[in-house]
Amino acid sequence: MHEAFVLFLVIVAGTGGELCITRAMKKLGEVTDFRPASLLRFVYRAMRVGWMWIGLALMTIGFFALLAMLSIENVTFVVPITALSYAAGALGAVLFLRERISLQRWVGVLIVCIGVSIVWMSKP
Amino acid sequence: MKDSPALHIKTYLLLLVMVLFAPLGNVLLSKGMKGVGAATDWRPADLSHVLMRISGSGFIWLGIASLLTFFVAYMLVLTWADYSYVQPASAFSYAVVAILSYIILDESVSPLRWAGIAVICIGVLVVGRTPHRTTLERTGA
Repeated sequence: MHEAFVLFLVIVAGTGGELCITRAMKKLGEVTDFRPASLLRFVYRAMRVGWMWIGLALMTIGFFALLAMLSIENVTFVVPITALSYAAGALGAVLFLRERISLQRWVGVLIVCIGVSIVWMSKP
Repeated sequence: MKDSPALHIKTYLLLLVMVLFAPLGNVLLSKGMKGVGAATDWRPADLSHVLMRISGSGFIWLGIASLLTFFVAYMLVLTWADYSYVQPASAFSYAVVAILSYIILDESVSPLRWAGIAVICIGVLVVGRTPHRTTLERTGA
């Protein structure tokens, strides 16, 4: 139960963080000028967006949950299981970012989930 | 950016860095955490003790450095290559993590786990072959 909760944190907090950062970046718009001064201005603007801080906080939680998980389970179990973030990311993108996900991407996500289930079954 | 042999070499080199350093980072974090011990107690006093041990582990810092190297390579390659071209490369990371964990951590991987990893790689490749912009474009910097 404890292990399942930590795995849940790795996937949900990690993916939630990425979604929040994506939302912040979408608000700022695409980067087309890669000169250092422009990039610094961009980082400064990014740090003034609330979603960026929520995203960073969630990603920090996700990172420490990953460390906790790696202290309990083998890396060849933990890393493949984190591929579930593709499913969480697709769901979050639809619900949170209002993106349209193609049928082919859902098929890919389903295949990833099947692979994760097989890895889960390989647990001794 | 103009397509040239030098650009191809640069792209493949950075993809190689990505595919090697992300799994290496995770394997080093795993080695570090195995040394720190299982984080099963969540009381504040125990957590702070674990955090102290994490911050004192050389393998954890090497792991973070590897993941940062991956991240920089990823960001750099995305400045000229398509996301749809770069993203499927991450599929190979799942296989590389199994190989590196066998070499560095002496972990054995069962045939069933290899099968699961292979299926995940196929799934990630399928995800990577889908369109990468479904919303309107905005220009910021």
